[in-house]
Amino acid sequence: MSAPAIWIILPFIIGIILWFIPNERLVTWFGIGFSILLAIAVWILPIEIPISIGNWSIKISATMRILGRQLILTSMDQPLLIFFYLTLCFWVVSSTIAGVKDKLIPYGFLILSLLISALAVEPFLYAALLIEIAVLVSIPLLKPPYTPPGRGLMRFLTFQTIAMPFILFSGWLLTGISTGPEELSLISHAAIFLALGFVFLLAIFPFNTWIPLLIDEAQPMSVAFIFWIFPTIGLLFGLYFLDNYSWIRESNYLPSILRSSGLLMIVTGGIWAAFQKNIKRILGYAVIMETGYSLLALSINGAIGIDLFIGLLIPRTLALFLWALALSIILRNISSAQFSSIKGLGRKYPFSATVSILSLFSLTGVPLLAGFPIHQSLWEQIGLISFTGAIWYAIASIGLFMGGIRSMAVLVASSNERFAIIESWPQRILLSIGVLTLLFLGIFPQWIAPFISRLPFIFNHLGR
Amino acid sequence: MNLILNYIFIMVILGASIGQMLSRDWRWNIGFLGTQYLSMFWFVQAIWPFNLAVIKLISGVIVCLALATSQKSSASFANPETSWPQGYLFRILAAALIVLATLAITSPTSNWLGIDNPLGTWASLLLMGIGLLQLGITIQPLRVIIALLTLISGFEIMYAFVESSALVAAMLVLINLGLSLVGTYLLSVENMEKIK
Repeated sequence: MSAPAIWIILPFIIGIILWFIPNERLVTWFGIGFSILLAIAVWILPIEIPISIGNWSIKISATMRILGRQLILTSMDQPLLIFFYLTLCFWVVSSTIAGVKDKLIPYGFLILSLLISALAVEPFLYAALLIEIAVLVSIPLLKPPYTPPGRGLMRFLTFQTIAMPFILFSGWLLTGISTGPEELSLISHAAIFLALGFVFLLAIFPFNTWIPLLIDEAQPMSVAFIFWIFPTIGLLFGLYFLDNYSWIRESNYLPSILRSSGLLMIVTGGIWAAFQKNIKRILGYAVIMETGYSLLALSINGAIGIDLFIGLLIPRTLALFLWALALSIILRNISSAQFSSIKGLGRKYPFSATVSILSLFSLTGVPLLAGFPIHQSLWEQIGLISFTGAIWYAIASIGLFMGGIRSMAVLVASSNERFAIIESWPQRILLSIGVLTLLFLGIFPQWIAPFISRLPFIFNHLGR
Repeated sequence: MNLILNYIFIMVILGASIGQMLSRDWRWNIGFLGTQYLSMFWFVQAIWPFNLAVIKLISGVIVCLALATSQKSSASFANPETSWPQGYLFRILAAALIVLATLAITSPTSNWLGIDNPLGTWASLLLMGIGLLQLGITIQPLRVIIALLTLISGFEIMYAFVESSALVAAMLVLINLGLSLVGTYLLSVENMEKIK
């Protein structure tokens, strides 16, 4: 038995089986159960260490061979796998409580297993192909039935598909490069192809226009899953490049390129969010900003940059899914997410309104919320490198914050609606737990420190 | 003989690419796509073993059939986008620019990559260029899918010159088939909406 068989092949098969089960309640329970089981299995089962059960001894090997290539999941990957499967479970629960009826859960399993395999495959350049397959699988997730495909969906498909040839080709160039100065022209070409590939893959400015469009077209929980998993895997994939190629890692230009791109993304996202009149699109701009924050974290040299990058993962995931859950509940019976349509809905959906605003504030880095400790550290580090950068950081955060204040003003505005809570009890309970978690992680960030501190070990050179 | 056939197939690709730009009937578009796959097969079989190269042709045929079955017989691109000029003259000029630009960079690209078949390089660049051009001027699902398939076809020719891994070939076939399935799904949903 091998780790990739358990945490890649098995979830893929589960996804296919769940797709054929017509009973949605059964699919939900299986989805929750399997994702928790997979997370627990990662936690308790050691990789490459024999386990004795009575007279039996079994060992889970780290490697699995497929068509001459390898899928490798080592014990260093275990915290990441726990994070992925617990998040999948949280997403399944949230989607169910939000009342999403489409076949989201099987697609979640399929996409996650494909993207984990993208991180596990050796040579890791095959990851570009696996990511593209995951993009294709995600299309039905993003396309509600009986509605024509929108501009955002087509751009998502186009940009993600364009990324694949660039990364594959740069991969071919990289295999021919050693660090000698005689390959300087080859290095510059490879760097250009690689940069273009990641600009498309990570939806870096100006190829991020599909993000606000897509969230306007699809169900918030479906889009939130895509907004969570693709940037996370894309960034980790990028880090593997940095980890494997010293000439990229040690390039003098890399930090300034990452910092400039990151600042551009957070400033444009923040400014657009400040003036946006569509509550779903504000979430889209927040997602753009989150990729920008990750790039800013990676622009900081040394272990602290990687620590900040990884530190952003959990608060972001929590806030993103809670925000999407709240929006799904608020917008369930409304066709438009414009401010004019949601005016005063905080009186009918107080829990959802509170969670949507607090999640947004958490992503902004408002004190006492989950995002604050990491944003405060990131801002401080950016300030040490570039005072101007820190000013732009503040402007961007104020922009998103303004978007939050405007959303709050609209949701609590006086309207003809009487104050009457119409959220169900499961929704109230999950949203309340979400608010408490946001607050706990903001006040006691050390709670997740032991978990986060193990994540950088997935890299051999970065963060050391 | 091979050289003559190379010239014939590059002309076929040229005609199919420009036809792709001008056609407003899905039958012609899918026909042109099939022709592109045939030409791609020709250039790839010159580098790869025939057994491996023929997979690209077979997958191309399946892709075209899958897309064709998703179309209603009466469907056409009668409702073009409004944001770009849609006239034949504009499209011919845009395609001509791509043809000239790709022709200009064929020689340096061949030298840089060490490809000894410049016509193959031109075929690859031309398909990628036309694919990108189409992506830039349309959001109609069928056209977008065909443009993406054209782009990938071009990339596959060039990648075949530098990489002959069977697994990569298999995954690229999977991506081609996946794109056609996505196209079928999107188009069937669009058709259902029209029926509603």
